[in-house]
Amino acid sequence: MLISQDDRLSFEKSVPGRRGVILPKERFCENDPFKNIPPHLKRQTTIGFPELGEPEVIRHFINLSRKNFSVDTHFYPLGSCTMKYNPKVNEWAARQEKFTALHPLQTEETAQGIFEILYELEEGLKEITGMDRFTLQPAAGAHGELTGMMLVRAYHASRSETKRTKVLVPDSSHGTNPASAALFGYHVVEVKSDSRGRVDLEDLKRHLDEHVACLMLTNPNTLGLFEKNILEITKLVHQYGGLLYYDGANLNPLLGIARPGDMGFDIIHVNLHKTFSTPHGGGGPGSGPVGVKSHLAAFLPGPLVEKTKNGFVWAKKNPQSVGRVKLFHGNVGVIIRAYTYLKTIGKEGLRQVSDAAILNANYMKEKLKETFQVAIDEPCMHEFVLSIKTFDAQGIHAGDIGKRLLDYGFHAPTVHFPLVVPEALMIEPTETEAKETLDRFIEAMEQIAKEIHEDPEKIKHAPHTLPVRRPNDVLAARKPILSYRDQLREKYLLAEAAA
Amino acid sequence: MDFPENLRYTKTHEWIAVQGTKAKVGVTEYAQKEISDVVFVELPKKDQIVQQAKTAAVVESVKAAFDIYAPASGKVVAANAALEGNPALINQSPYGDGWIFELELSNAGELNNLLNAKQYLEAVQQAPQH
Amino acid sequence: MPYLSLTDEDKKTLLQKIGVNSVEDLLKDIPVSLRNPKVSLPAGLSEPEVQALLTKLGQKNTTTKDFLSFLGAGSYEHFIPAAELEIVGRQEFLTAYTPYQPEASQGTLQAIYEYQSLMTELTGLDVSNASHYDGATALAESALVALKHTNRSKILVARSVHPHYRETIRTYLTGTPYMVEEFGFEVSGKLDKTDLLAKLNMDIAGVIFQSPNFFGIIEDLEGLSETIHANGSLMILTANPLSLGIFRTPGEWGADIAAGEGQPLGLSMEFGGPFLGYFVVSQALMRRIPGRLAGLTEDADGKRAFCLTLQAREQHIRRERAGSNICSNQALCALAACAYMTLLGKKGIREIAEINFDRAQYLRSKIAKLKNFEVDVNLPIFNEFRVFSKKPFADVEKKMKEQQIFAGVSLETFYPELKNQFLVCATETKSKEGLDRFVEVLARC
Repeated sequence: MLISQDDRLSFEKSVPGRRGVILPKERFCENDPFKNIPPHLKRQTTIGFPELGEPEVIRHFINLSRKNFSVDTHFYPLGSCTMKYNPKVNEWAARQEKFTALHPLQTEETAQGIFEILYELEEGLKEITGMDRFTLQPAAGAHGELTGMMLVRAYHASRSETKRTKVLVPDSSHGTNPASAALFGYHVVEVKSDSRGRVDLEDLKRHLDEHVACLMLTNPNTLGLFEKNILEITKLVHQYGGLLYYDGANLNPLLGIARPGDMGFDIIHVNLHKTFSTPHGGGGPGSGPVGVKSHLAAFLPGPLVEKTKNGFVWAKKNPQSVGRVKLFHGNVGVIIRAYTYLKTIGKEGLRQVSDAAILNANYMKEKLKETFQVAIDEPCMHEFVLSIKTFDAQGIHAGDIGKRLLDYGFHAPTVHFPLVVPEALMIEPTETEAKETLDRFIEAMEQIAKEIHEDPEKIKHAPHTLPVRRPNDVLAARKPILSYRDQLREKYLLAEAAA
Repeated sequence: MDFPENLRYTKTHEWIAVQGTKAKVGVTEYAQKEISDVVFVELPKKDQIVQQAKTAAVVESVKAAFDIYAPASGKVVAANAALEGNPALINQSPYGDGWIFELELSNAGELNNLLNAKQYLEAVQQAPQH
Repeated sequence: MPYLSLTDEDKKTLLQKIGVNSVEDLLKDIPVSLRNPKVSLPAGLSEPEVQALLTKLGQKNTTTKDFLSFLGAGSYEHFIPAAELEIVGRQEFLTAYTPYQPEASQGTLQAIYEYQSLMTELTGLDVSNASHYDGATALAESALVALKHTNRSKILVARSVHPHYRETIRTYLTGTPYMVEEFGFEVSGKLDKTDLLAKLNMDIAGVIFQSPNFFGIIEDLEGLSETIHANGSLMILTANPLSLGIFRTPGEWGADIAAGEGQPLGLSMEFGGPFLGYFVVSQALMRRIPGRLAGLTEDADGKRAFCLTLQAREQHIRRERAGSNICSNQALCALAACAYMTLLGKKGIREIAEINFDRAQYLRSKIAKLKNFEVDVNLPIFNEFRVFSKKPFADVEKKMKEQQIFAGVSLETFYPELKNQFLVCATETKSKEGLDRFVEVLARC
């Protein structure tokens, strides 16, 4: 059997006396000074860690890794997540000891190499997005949004505009947008989409008044469509004194084609783990640099890198800065990868990336349209959305198709999002997938459509070929078991009840 | 779907059963179906003051958390502790064992804003079907 | 450029199927005035050129391996087992997506679950999340949890908490209805209990401590959880997780939340990130914990399975009603910590703490004998300690650097009143010769 069926935890494989690492025996102090530590400052309880030898630990984790889908093994047509290939030279770069062994509080002149990378990446992001200054501190897209909302608040406060309490988000937006705005006490107002999936201008106008702090927008939006009225939208919001925030989750198809800064956006975050090819790591770490136009630069979190005659230095903290949003200087390891990527693709690569991303998406849309319903059938950018509502009669949901795709060796597309499309299946192929992969995916989808008619139960109970099938999430939430300790407690309670 | 005649309803799918100055509150059959499997209920605290149409409790499924709005203003005199161990009671018996909290009403006049069973049924029929 | 697989022939086929002549035809929604902006970037490089460039940039850095480093203050140089690096290097972990599809992510999910299990064991608290960005943001979010849970308006933070953590908490709360107040530390660097008790009132949602604190001192928190709980507030403790191998845990101190920096658990310093925020709470706060959690359940066939759980309040579901906006976290860093803790095991985790305790203790006892420097040898410390210099620290730092030593972190940068004081850190990476050499060079400063 290729994939191990052993589902025991490391704790359950533990054998007293085994060790994965042998540490130095020698102690430098003569009379063990720990004896002089007051007993009540010492740990009172034993540490219930497992005991395994290195070979067992390695086999344990390597077998776990084989129970994962990953970009290196599978195609992820995951809308708005841009699961492109993660180049290996990026990994090579980030693992150089000359970077990994740098302490964040080293003096500037001892870290000029890394400063140069931070500086150059910022310069590159400025060029690509049309913004004037970036902070590289935010650790993820949502962290960037949070930073963006701090900037919005600080900007309006500096102008004594205290009545701006409203943040507008389209109903097709990512969940992090309203969540980020609400964390700062902003009243979140949803702007409706029109019948073509774009911001409904009339509805936008209804919400525009002197209370608007900001409009948060993803462009292309989560339907993969470019907001064709973008210049009018930014002009309108600015007329009412509001700012415009660009959610960079969908920046990939705009590289070299158009810049958020030119569209009129004041603040933007970029997901280095999407557009700039750094790996997702099973959920992180990412990096979400935030860029602004010059009128907001004073508010950026510090420290920022500055280039001087004598080399790179940390810029003096601006008194108007919102303050740091993170420990030290951001996810530097991720930044090194993104820098390496930018150096590799260069200026000419920008347009090659976006062109291929757009071509791949439109090709898939045209092919899949023959079998499935496209939510809005127009030329798309890097992604598009299918509506599975057409299979209501068979009782099939978008999620079921996602599960069945796993059996065909493809990760599920983003399902049930955006919320404006019933039974949404959101597909983003990215530029790094070959045509044969797209064709194989399309064939699988067509096959599944056939299966829905012939044997819908098979789809409803998919997947059938993976280590587990439809974990019971209701049970998991009703009786949460979140650690080995919970397991032991549960076992004890059961034994007690039996006795 | 069953909407008992003796209850009053809100457009947000809560029911209220008035008995003198006290009233029990829960969610309707329609709501429990929409919510699907209830996994957790955040109950109001005893003596908590709630206001009509304001959040008084939260009912969670795996995929969503729903605010439960007080159908009328008043003081919470009891919360259904049975839901802590068995939140599925809301699915099994939304009008019975799945009640959520009990109020001492502070303004009986508010009850006039609520729907009767027939009006609520109409409201539900107009709601988008999933 | 590499990483693209469409040939010219492929492109033709795709365009034909789409029914347009060029990509340009697909961009009609983009106003012409916006299209094809001038982007000034250098041309792309081949891989040998990229490797050469990065190598050259690396050479412009002087690392903690090039010099003998005594820098700590929130980022620690530790030994990383080779086996851990191999595990984290597995591309099936590295290039996987967030485990929203449990069937395709049992590896990541089980690893997160084991990480959660290890963190509850280490901290002595009940429920751990799958990770946070770093110690500073984890602590800031723990403040939000306390404020929401108690429905109060103020957070009380010890001034001996890492300055970056404190600044991040302030940044997170500025512009909200919430406030931060600080209480001080004594001359020794220990927290000032009198000041704390004077400021503890009915507005306080939570009190945040660090132990070992920013000065490396193990705080004595005896009786504080009772006082804080009697006031209706939560107790939040940020601890160096490695110290918990031998020192009293947040759970044993009666804390409600342990939130902080997991970097010492097998992560390299990488100029400050990516690090690992850990976040562990008591059972009572289980449904308040932000971020992702992996839970144990069974699948449709009754087999053991893992899935993300308690997600109903997260941003992707609750949008503006969510308690936190966190989405991406530091999953791979949690995996690294998980592998590290598993490799160390029950005995190793204690031993590594003992060795770190020993090294700093040894160094401090040696410095105590120097004429121009003072240390307080009576304080219980872990990893690092404060040194008072009779000479200007800038001079000391410079002279040490000439001898290829990073002497420590200036405290005056963070606390203007702590002139010519610096923080010296010694982990298990330092040999006896290295520590002796430090003392010898320092003696000549």
